[in-house]
Amino acid sequence: MLDFSFAPGTFWFEAWVARFSLLNGLWVTMSASALTILFATLFGVAMGVALAYGWWWLRLLARIYVDFMRGIPILVLILFTYYGLSLFGINLPAYWAGVIALSAFATAHIAETLRGAVESVPAGQMEAGKAIGLRFSQRLRYVILPQALRRMLPPWVNTGLEVVKGTTLLSIIGVVELLLTNQQIVARNYLIVDFYLFAGLLYLMINATIAWLGARLERRFSYLRY
Amino acid sequence: MADDVLLRARGVRKSFGAVEVLKGIDLEVRQGQVVSLIGASGSGKTTFLRCVNLLEEHDGGEILLDGEPVGYRTEGGRRRRLSETAISAQRARIGMVFQQFNLFPHLTAEENVMLGLTKVLNKPKAEAREIATHWLSRVGLAERRGHYPYQLSGGQQQRVAIARAVAMEPRLLLFDEVTSALDPELVSEVLGVMQGLAESGMTMLVVSHEMLFVREVSHHVVFMDQGRVAQAGPPEAVFGNPESERLRSFLGRFHGMFGI
Repeated sequence: MLDFSFAPGTFWFEAWVARFSLLNGLWVTMSASALTILFATLFGVAMGVALAYGWWWLRLLARIYVDFMRGIPILVLILFTYYGLSLFGINLPAYWAGVIALSAFATAHIAETLRGAVESVPAGQMEAGKAIGLRFSQRLRYVILPQALRRMLPPWVNTGLEVVKGTTLLSIIGVVELLLTNQQIVARNYLIVDFYLFAGLLYLMINATIAWLGARLERRFSYLRY
Repeated sequence: MADDVLLRARGVRKSFGAVEVLKGIDLEVRQGQVVSLIGASGSGKTTFLRCVNLLEEHDGGEILLDGEPVGYRTEGGRRRRLSETAISAQRARIGMVFQQFNLFPHLTAEENVMLGLTKVLNKPKAEAREIATHWLSRVGLAERRGHYPYQLSGGQQQRVAIARAVAMEPRLLLFDEVTSALDPELVSEVLGVMQGLAESGMTMLVVSHEMLFVREVSHHVVFMDQGRVAQAGPPEAVFGNPESERLRSFLGRFHGMFGI
């Protein structure tokens, strides 16, 4: 198992030899996660607002999208975006196909979360905004969203954690992210336990960081009480 | 309009589904007057108040503020709803204070007052802050301006809400049972602020169960019963000479508070 000597065939030696591929894998995982969370937050918030306040046809479209995305496995979505779209002449690089598929999935989750958060803001808040003469867009921007976004912080962090774990599925379409990097290393040296344990620890560290940041943000907004 | 009527309601009707809550309300508020709406719960007072500020839309009759119909314009004999922007502009001229305060919990007392000033009246931040400080000290909360709503008592929150409404320099201020959610010992600080506003000439339409306050401060009292105005007049007349059995029995609940 874990052997601290530094010779060929030991974990530390093999990790050192593969350090650049490991760093690259880590980078691919982290950048794909960050981009997905960014896109999904932007689109998810917009779609959540549409779910809560849109015209009926917009609500219906958003609802169909959300239920569809929540109902199918992410892997199917990834395979479809990469292989399926190429049948229609859309050839995306695997990395981007993966980011788009994950974003499409996380958008649905964030949209639904935001809708719930918006609807949990007491009706009196909207009315108070009306009473001082704020227009709808201003009420949304200055009154409802600041409160809703703070309320959705915990589920938003959860979605972030899911996204990081979800990036492992990109290995299926050949994106050399952290998991696939480790698989390739293991294929060379058979240090199965060491490198999968190592990969798991790295994912744990990334997610612990996200959770820690989320908790810090929550503390910062702790004055949001009633 | 030649007279000094600020708010005029004629035949205002409103239904929620099959239930008609307002069955033709006529009412006038003159410039600088305090008009109080009293009546049992379910009599339609709050609904009427909300119609004035377009939180509800009335189905029939008209509500005129400065002679201008609120919420719609008439085009070729047909009522057409005003645009969102026009409705917001009308609302900005009417202030409202709510039973549940409805302060913005993510903003400090000062920021609560400043929001409308900067975003609706487009005042520069520095000026808005000055106005906010002025009104927060008028309601006795200058030192609390940096506090968030949860750090304030109910009475303090309601005073911030009053400052937020009055800082917009509305033509008319609406008060919707603003002391009903307060602990008894906090009621008087809010009523004191309202009395000060009334004395400074603010035009106010007040829904209240604080009969002593209503009798003392109002120029005109309107007793509503089952969606209609049952009796209206100066407080001495309404309290001293209740015409209907329903008003007598309504006032009887406050018996002992004053000599009826």
